[in-house]
Amino acid sequence: MAVLVSFDQVTKRFGDFTAVDGLSLDIHEREFFALLGPSGCGKTTLLRMLAGFEAPDGGRVTLAGQDLAGIPPYRRPVNMMFQSYALFPHMTVAGNVAFGLKQDGLARDEIAARVDEMLGLVQLRPLAARKPDQLSGGQRQRVALARSLAKRPKVLLLDEPLAALDRKLREETRFELKELQRRLATTFVIVTHDQDEAMSIADRIGVMNRGCLAQVGTPAEIYERPASRWVAGFVGDVNLIEGRVTAVYPSFVMVDRVGMRLRVAHAPVAPGPIAVALRPEKIRVSHAVPDGAFENGAAGTVADIGYLGTLSLYKVRLDDGLVLKAAVMNEQRAERPIHVNERVWLSWTPDAAVLLME
Amino acid sequence: MKRFGCTNLTALALGLAFLYLPIAVLVVNSFNDSRLVTVWAGASLRWYRELANDAAMLDAASVSFRVAFLSATAATILGTLAALALTRGGRFRGRLLFSGMIYAPLVMPEVITGLSLLLLFVAVEIDRGFWTIVIAHTTLTLCFVAVVVQSRLVTFDRSLEEAALDLGCPPLRTFLAVTLPLIWPAVASGWMLAFALSLDDLVIASFVSGPGATTLPLRIYSEVRLGVKPEINAVCTILIAVVALGLIAASLLTKRSASKAPLGARM
Amino acid sequence: MKDATHRDWTTRAAIFVPYAWLIAFLLLPFLIVLKISLSQTAIAQPPYVPVFDPAAGWEGMKDFFAALSLDSYLGLFADQLYAWSYWKSIQVAAISTAILLLIAYPVAYALARAPRRWQGMLVLLVVLPFWTSFLIRVYAWINILQHDGLLNQVLLALRIVDAPVSWLATDHAVYLGIVYSYFPFMVLPLYAALEKLDPALLEAAADLGCPPSRTFFAVTVPLSLPGIVAGCLLCFIPIVGEFVIPDLLGSSSTSMIGQVLWLEFFGNRDWPVASALAVVLLLILVPPILIYRQRETRQLERGR
Repeated sequence: MAVLVSFDQVTKRFGDFTAVDGLSLDIHEREFFALLGPSGCGKTTLLRMLAGFEAPDGGRVTLAGQDLAGIPPYRRPVNMMFQSYALFPHMTVAGNVAFGLKQDGLARDEIAARVDEMLGLVQLRPLAARKPDQLSGGQRQRVALARSLAKRPKVLLLDEPLAALDRKLREETRFELKELQRRLATTFVIVTHDQDEAMSIADRIGVMNRGCLAQVGTPAEIYERPASRWVAGFVGDVNLIEGRVTAVYPSFVMVDRVGMRLRVAHAPVAPGPIAVALRPEKIRVSHAVPDGAFENGAAGTVADIGYLGTLSLYKVRLDDGLVLKAAVMNEQRAERPIHVNERVWLSWTPDAAVLLME
Repeated sequence: MKRFGCTNLTALALGLAFLYLPIAVLVVNSFNDSRLVTVWAGASLRWYRELANDAAMLDAASVSFRVAFLSATAATILGTLAALALTRGGRFRGRLLFSGMIYAPLVMPEVITGLSLLLLFVAVEIDRGFWTIVIAHTTLTLCFVAVVVQSRLVTFDRSLEEAALDLGCPPLRTFLAVTLPLIWPAVASGWMLAFALSLDDLVIASFVSGPGATTLPLRIYSEVRLGVKPEINAVCTILIAVVALGLIAASLLTKRSASKAPLGARM
Repeated sequence: MKDATHRDWTTRAAIFVPYAWLIAFLLLPFLIVLKISLSQTAIAQPPYVPVFDPAAGWEGMKDFFAALSLDSYLGLFADQLYAWSYWKSIQVAAISTAILLLIAYPVAYALARAPRRWQGMLVLLVVLPFWTSFLIRVYAWINILQHDGLLNQVLLALRIVDAPVSWLATDHAVYLGIVYSYFPFMVLPLYAALEKLDPALLEAAADLGCPPSRTFFAVTVPLSLPGIVAGCLLCFIPIVGEFVIPDLLGSSSTSMIGQVLWLEFFGNRDWPVASALAVVLLLILVPPILIYRQRETRQLERGR
C-alpha cells in the first residue's frame, strides 16, 4: 500500500518538556491506524502536528508527498474529530455539518445535498434542526463525525473519539466506526489510551511511550510479539519471568531460572540475561503433573482467585516466590474445583512465550 | 438546599433595606409637590415639568448620553481586543506592562487618572471638551470591558476555534463566525458596564471637560453643592429608572437564551 | 495547549491597537505627571516649567534634567497638612473597609445560603444600585441627613433627640456615604467565595463534633479568605483616593488627599504640587494594587 502520511524525525518541545522525540512513522492509504499510549506520551501532539495546530521543532511531516510545513490548519486536506467534539453550540446540527463546506464556497444545493448525505450516514437526519445541547452524548459524537467527514478529507483524525461515551455505547460505536472506514475507504488515524479500542478497531497500531514509538504493527503482532517489556506490560496483562539464555538452538532457545527451565520458540539470541513474557491466558492450571513438566512447567500455591465472569484469574505463588497470573475460561475449568492455598501445576507450550531483550 | 435560617433572612433584609431605603426616599421626594423636601404636599409631576424646561440640564444629559454611547462602543472594541491579546497572544514582548495597564485603572483613584489625562491634553495642546471626555472615558472603561471579556475567554473551549480552522475557516472569519457569537453576552455586558460607568463618572470628567461640554454628573454636582433641590431628585429618579429598565431587559434577554438550552445532559 | 503555531496578523493587531491606546492615554499621561511633579511652579500658562523639547538635542536634554527639581516633594514633607491628609485618607479607608467587611459578610453569607432559584435575583438586587450613579447614591443620603431630613424627623418623632442633629459635614456622614457606596464591592467578592463553599464541608465539621460557631471560624472564614482579601483591597484602594463623598458629606476638617489634590490643582493652580501629591498617592497604593492584581491573575488562571 502506498504511504499517505509520513513523519520523518519529528520533534516537538513545550519548554523543557519533549512531547515528541525524533519520531518517524509511515501511515498507509486507506488504513485504520491507531496511536496508542498512556496520557502524556505525545500521541495527541503528533495528531495536532498533522492537523496543523502545532508546528514541529524538527523533522518533516508530509501528506501524499507534500511537505506540510507552513501550511495553516485551514488549508490542510485533513479533518479532525475532537475529543470534546467541539460542536458549535450556536449552530444547528445541519449548520455544524455544513460549516466546513461553506468555507469551500460550495453552492447552496450542493451543501444541502452533502449535509443530507452525511446525516444519513450517521443516522441523524431527523435531528438536523436541533442544537448540540439538545442531543445525547452519542448523538453529539455522531454529529462531530459527520462534520469532520463532510469535506471528504484525505485523512480523518480522531482524538479519543469514544472517550466520553459510556462503556456499552463505546463498544457498539467501535464497530460502526470500523464499518464506516471500510465503506468510505478513507485513511483514519485515531488517538486512544484504551488498548481494547485500539486492538478491536485498527489495522495497525503505533504504541507510543515518552514521545517515541515503542512498536508499530498489527494488533496481533503487538499482542503476540511485543517488542519490549514496556509494550508487553502496556498492552494486555503479562507475566514477566527474568532468566538467562543458556542454550540457543535453530528453532528454540533454552532459558534458565532457579528451579525452572524454559523452552521458548523464537529467533536466535545471544546467551545472557533476558525476560520471558507469558500471557496469563496461555497458562494451563491443573492438579495433576503435566507431561514434560521439567520444561515450561512449575508448581506453586494458589494465592488468590479472581472471578471475572467469563474467566477466572488465578494468582499462583511459585516456590521461589515469583507470582504468575493464569487466566482460565470458566467453561473449561477442571472437574475438581481449585481452591485458594491448594498446590497446583502451571504449564504452557514453547510458542506461548516471547523473549524480550529490552 | 440548606435551611435558610432566621438570621440569614434578617441579614439579607437589613442589607437590602440599607441599599434601597435612600433611593426610595429620593424617588418619593421627586414626586413631592412641595419645594421643601420635608413637607409632603401631595403627589405631583411638578419637578419633572420644570426639568423639561431646564435647557442646561437637558443639554448636559444629551452630552452625557452621547459621550457614554461613543466611549462605551470604542471601549468595547478596544477592550475585547485587549482581552483577546491577554488570553490568545501568548507571551508577547511587554505583556507584563500591558496587563498592568489593563488592571491599574480598575482600582486606581479617579483623581489620578483624571489629573494625568488633563496634563496630557494640556501638553499636546488639545482643547478640552466633548472629545477629550470621550477619550478619557474610553481609556478607563476599556479596562473594565477587557476584564469582563477576559474572564469569559478563559473558560472558552479553544477546540471550538480549532475545529473551525480545521474545517477550512481562516482565523479572522473564525473569530467572527465562532468566537464572537459565543462570547457575545460578555461583550454586551461589557458595553453596558462601560456605558454605565461613563454616565456615572464625575471626577475624571471634571478634569478633562471644557467649556461647552458639561456632562450630567457635572451639572448635578454643581447643583448638589448648593443643597437639595427637588429637580435633582427628579433627574436622579429618571436616571435610576433608565438603568433599572436596561438591566431588567438585559437579564430577561440572557435568561431567555439560557432557558432554551438544556435537554441532553451537559458534560 | 501551549502556543499557537504562528501568530497571524489578526492576533498581532489585537495586541497592537489596545496597547498603543493604553500607552498614549495611560502610560504617557503618568510620565507627564511625573515630570511635572519635578518641575517648578511658574506664573505662566500652563503653570509649570520646563517643557521637554526633543528638538533641542543633547544640550536640551541636559537643560531639561538640570531644571528638574524636587521642590514640590520637599514641600509635601515640609507642610504637615499634606502628611496629615495622607494619614487621614488611609485611616478613613481602613476604618470603612473594616465596617464594610463586618456588615457585608452576613449579607454575603445569607446570599450564598439562599435557595438557588432566588440567588440570581438577589444578587441582581445587590448589584442594581451599583449601576446607578455614584453621585445619585451620595445625593440620596443628603436628602436623608440634611437638617430637616428624614433621619432627624424620625429621631424627633421617636423623642430620641430633642433638637435636630447636624449630621451633614461630619465624619460620620463620610463613613456612612463610603460604606453605602462601596457595599456591593464588598458583598460580591465575598459572595463569590462563599458560594463556592461546599455545604458538605460544614456537615463534615458538624459530624466530627464541631459546633456551628466554631465551624464558622474554623472552616467558613478560612475558606472565604480569598473573597475577604479581594473585597477589602477592592474597597480600600479607591477609598484612599476618594473625592466626591468627603466633598459632599464631610466637613472642611475631613480633608482627604483627593480633596487636597483637587484644591491644589483647581484652587491654587499649583500643578507641580498636585502632580507630586498624585505620585505619592500612587506610591502608597502600589503595594495593595500589586497584591490585588496578583491574586486576580492567579484566580483567572485557576479558572481554566
